[in-house]
Amino acid sequence: MSARVVIVDDHRLFRAGVRAELGELVRVVGEAGSVEEAVETIGMCEPDVVLLDVHMPDGGGVEVIRRVCERQPAVRFLALSVSDAAEDVIAVIRAGARGYVTKSISGAELAEAVARVAEGDAVFSPRLAGFVLDAFASEAAGPGLPPAADGELDQLTPREREVLRHIARGYMYKEVAQRLGISVKTVEAHVSAVLRKLQLSSRHELSRWAVERRLVSLDRPAGRRTG
Amino acid sequence: MASADTSAAPSPAGQPGSPGAPAPAGGASGQARLRRYPDRGLLGGVGAGLAVHLGLDVRVVRFAMASLLVAGGLGAVIYALAWALIPVAPESEGAKRPSGAWREAVLMVLVVAGTLFGLRRAGLLIGDSFVLPLVLGTCGLALFWRPTVTRSGPSAGRLSLSPRALLRRPGQVDLPRLVLGVLLVAFASASLLHALGVLGNLGKALGAVAIVATMLGLLFGPWFARLARSLASERAARIREQERAEVAAHLHDSVLQTLALIQRRAGDPREVAGLARRQERELRRWLFERPGADATESFKTMLERAVAEVEELHGVPVEAVIVGDAPLDARLEALAQAAREAMTNAAKFAGAERVDLYAEVDSARAELFVRDRGVGFDPDAVPPDRRGVRDSIVRRMERHGGHATVRSEPGQGTEVELTLERSRGERALVAMSPVGSS
Repeated sequence: MSARVVIVDDHRLFRAGVRAELGELVRVVGEAGSVEEAVETIGMCEPDVVLLDVHMPDGGGVEVIRRVCERQPAVRFLALSVSDAAEDVIAVIRAGARGYVTKSISGAELAEAVARVAEGDAVFSPRLAGFVLDAFASEAAGPGLPPAADGELDQLTPREREVLRHIARGYMYKEVAQRLGISVKTVEAHVSAVLRKLQLSSRHELSRWAVERRLVSLDRPAGRRTG
Repeated sequence: MASADTSAAPSPAGQPGSPGAPAPAGGASGQARLRRYPDRGLLGGVGAGLAVHLGLDVRVVRFAMASLLVAGGLGAVIYALAWALIPVAPESEGAKRPSGAWREAVLMVLVVAGTLFGLRRAGLLIGDSFVLPLVLGTCGLALFWRPTVTRSGPSAGRLSLSPRALLRRPGQVDLPRLVLGVLLVAFASASLLHALGVLGNLGKALGAVAIVATMLGLLFGPWFARLARSLASERAARIREQERAEVAAHLHDSVLQTLALIQRRAGDPREVAGLARRQERELRRWLFERPGADATESFKTMLERAVAEVEELHGVPVEAVIVGDAPLDARLEALAQAAREAMTNAAKFAGAERVDLYAEVDSARAELFVRDRGVGFDPDAVPPDRRGVRDSIVRRMERHGGHATVRSEPGQGTEVELTLERSRGERALVAMSPVGSS
């Protein structure tokens, strides 16, 4: 059975485009053009996956995730954006989105990503993998924060790093598995672990990014969801 | 410096670095304007300025000033006014006063004050009760207005004589001087009033003024406050409007032009895709890059530029993911050039829909992968005359202490891996988790 999807984007034209691209591959059960509309539509349609634009008026994707999660923790989010700003993307992931793909993705690839998210897996595009590697880079820890002080959540294992680097190089999960001599399931497990760390880590840069951009308020810890 | 009076009497040799050599901005109207030279004078450079203007030795001017003191302190009045009103010469702007000048200046002020006092004691001072307050008041005014008036050579003709204008330049305002100026003026007014014999009535008058002022304030205060607020919001609106206009102008120059081009070339999908991509990249740079951040080129910016160039030249999109960054050195530059060559090859010969670039750089090492899902080739079967890969990628990397590996198979696409160990000495400082241990 194909996943039930709601598309949230403030550009009607773009929603229509995504709907057409996805075609019969998934069931698009609703659309929304604003945060309010999205919360209402998602409440009504109860979709499996929400395709979510990062940049929207009134708080954007982060706000939608925050408000929906309170009532419908089972809904999963996949961020879809043209945005190149790492801090925006990381903020949405930390708020609870299970993946990030760029809008240049093809319909088939998008449908595959939706299916993956619907099953509870994480979807990392090459770009997101690059952002994450950047954010977890040991060197970027800042002068006041020795890397040794990082907890388990605050750094990637060598294997996770290697998986991410292959994804950033443009390999699909299947190819990554082949190259590293592991199963696709293991690759997925690694990626999910990275996503969890990304959401739970209190790592200096991650919080700083989000707070600086005021996408996540200080009093509410971001990303308390695990998959 | 073309006016008759200065050329007729050239500056004396006693004045080092005297004008004439550098024609100042004041010569725009063909006249030698009166300017102060604080870097040459003792106090405010008025004497030096007058000396230049009149073509006299600066000592003559100073002596004349000093002797005018006897005339009821007239010299001090003139000096203070001149200090306040004559703009600083452009070439003296920002220049430091000769070291030790302030000590001489303080000495001079003490001498002037002493002389005035002595003269008064001796009964030689004319019009004591009126001139002295005038002197003090003028000095106060000069002190008060000086910060605004002396600002800038070129626009000095426009005197902005409002306290607001004064206060709006926090860097220029010198609070002790303002307070001293106000005190001097107040004291001068009081002594003038005293001299006129109206000081006794002043108390009542002040009371009346205070009452009237309070009433007026109560009546019009809120109105003024609202006016000020609406002025502020109007200003904010104007700034917003300006920003909007700038955004609109930029969108017009870039996005709308590209859209027009795209409509005209609608028949050529490759061209359209290229146009759209170039515009996207350009817009993105405008949106996300901080102005001034790219003052010096880094490895990342050089690589991004190479990506843009390859995309534009060959019409194949390159998905670039770059992790980390470093300032450019000769070896990183070579790496970026080799990467550019690899991307060009992939775009030209692979026939792939897109090329992936991944680069990771830290202080210990740089790694770069260029990958396509195109036709691929047998690396061992490359004819020796096809020197592109060997010379511009493999040899270039080896020359700079790096390494290049080309992995390709017919039908399986191609991946070029470029690695560069950077300064080995710094490695101990970098706590990188071990990578590449698959």
